[in-house]
Amino acid sequence: MSLLQLEQVTAIYGDTQALFGVDLSVDEGEVVALMGRNGMGKSTTIKVICRMLKNPEGQVRFAGKDISGLPSHKAARLGLGLVPEGRRCFTKLSVRENLYASARPGEWDFAKVHALFPRLEERGAQMAASLSGGEQQMLAIGRALMTNPRLLILDEATEGLAPVVRQEIWAAIKTLKENTGLSILVVDKSIRELRQIADSVVILERGKSVWSGAMDALGTEIKDQYLGI
Amino acid sequence: MIRERYLNLIILAGLVIVPAYALMVDEPFTITLATKVVILALAGVGLNLALGQGGLVSFGHAAYFGIGGYTMGILASHAQNYTPLMTSPFLIEGTNSMPVIWLVAVVVSALLALLIGALSLRTSGVYFIMVTLAFGQMLYYFAISWPAYGGEDGLSIYVRNQFPGVNTLVPIQFYGLCFAILLIVLFLVDRLNKSPFGLALDGAHQNEERALTVGINVYRLRLVAFVISGAITGLAGALFADLNRFVSPVMFDWHTSGQIMIFIILGGVARLFGPIVGAALYILLEHFLGGLSEYWFIYLGAILLFVVLFAKGGIVGGLSKKEMSHGG
Repeated sequence: MSLLQLEQVTAIYGDTQALFGVDLSVDEGEVVALMGRNGMGKSTTIKVICRMLKNPEGQVRFAGKDISGLPSHKAARLGLGLVPEGRRCFTKLSVRENLYASARPGEWDFAKVHALFPRLEERGAQMAASLSGGEQQMLAIGRALMTNPRLLILDEATEGLAPVVRQEIWAAIKTLKENTGLSILVVDKSIRELRQIADSVVILERGKSVWSGAMDALGTEIKDQYLGI
Repeated sequence: MIRERYLNLIILAGLVIVPAYALMVDEPFTITLATKVVILALAGVGLNLALGQGGLVSFGHAAYFGIGGYTMGILASHAQNYTPLMTSPFLIEGTNSMPVIWLVAVVVSALLALLIGALSLRTSGVYFIMVTLAFGQMLYYFAISWPAYGGEDGLSIYVRNQFPGVNTLVPIQFYGLCFAILLIVLFLVDRLNKSPFGLALDGAHQNEERALTVGINVYRLRLVAFVISGAITGLAGALFADLNRFVSPVMFDWHTSGQIMIFIILGGVARLFGPIVGAALYILLEHFLGGLSEYWFIYLGAILLFVVLFAKGGIVGGLSKKEMSHGG
């Protein structure tokens, strides 16, 4: 049984329909890439999963439970760890306070997060607002891990970062996959890096999942048709 | 700029030195003024937890201040008149024991804050401000029209309530009691602010959606903070009533809510010792300028404007560097 399962999910923003039928599943220990061009509904899908959009239609099941009616904090407590687009740390708290504020009992603690991102330990006393973009992204991932999630959701985790920093983030995600077996849903456009970590891909086009399959099966024709790469 | 903790120590030293000096030179009125500062600061510390840490701009904290005051007034008046508070279904007598009064004031204020918070926290922004204000004003008008406890004229208590081992009629001893309570509350609020609860409250203040996505139940978190905040302000109300030996509907009035908010803005929003500095400055201005002109609020307004425009973080923020609670 899948850890996360979306079936024919539709969602509306005000008067505009953003999702027209998204199917997606993530198994335990699997890394799934959610891809698509800009404005195709990737971030909306994440918002539906994390219950940040009210009243989407279709089925959203996580860990065997229908989470369609849950408030977002309860969905998060079931084990959804979101690293939101644009990093979004608590900027007026220190690095350590950011981690401490979201900590929940489990495998992930300060030591494990610091081992994954040693820079967070060095910057422990620093205000999150004063961190570089890359460090804020590390903090956002660390904060999500401190909630001890069963599924880590990374929404455009490397967007807008310098190439060197992007490599650091990708290396950390790879470490997470190899060392922890954590399920990960990653939204990104970096096909080269995704090929190294993702087991499967779901492609969205105009709010609808139009292709899904193993990462190895993602050929040039599909890429050209839906991703414009 | 000095570190905030050193500035806080200086403020504490001031709260010890001023009444001690007043005692030495036999100026009991100064001790009473210092007592007023400490009690009003306590009310500010209560509101600051909701407003500063939680971003909940409650314009109705006079409700808790007043309910704390009336709790003291009602219990003490029944003890004074040797009449029971109620006889059926069970007997409840009045009391002049401060610890009992404080406990009842805290519980009643907390319950009231739970009721008001549970309803008002379903709104936000200007609606939250208006709902809290409306509750405060409802209680104000209720107190005015409640003749059993003095109505508009208020209720006088002729003898100050008692605390074991302390002569509460001696100004310095009553001051010591109030100061000790302020210290205890400051310590507890400081621990709370540095706990995951306080950090999550601060996080939710910065961005509610972010807090929700890390599993924080923002509504419940804010409600708990609101209840604690109301309970502290209620305790301050009980002490204030004992200081004046008088309670009146003015304690519930929106001016009182505004006054408590002014202490925080002057001293520093979300600064632990901000309300103490704000209350001290307010009382000093009231005492010195109030004697010169009945329009002393103009000067207060000018100072408030200056602080808001130029001293980010209030007077404490302007003089000190904020310290992280989990910095290292």
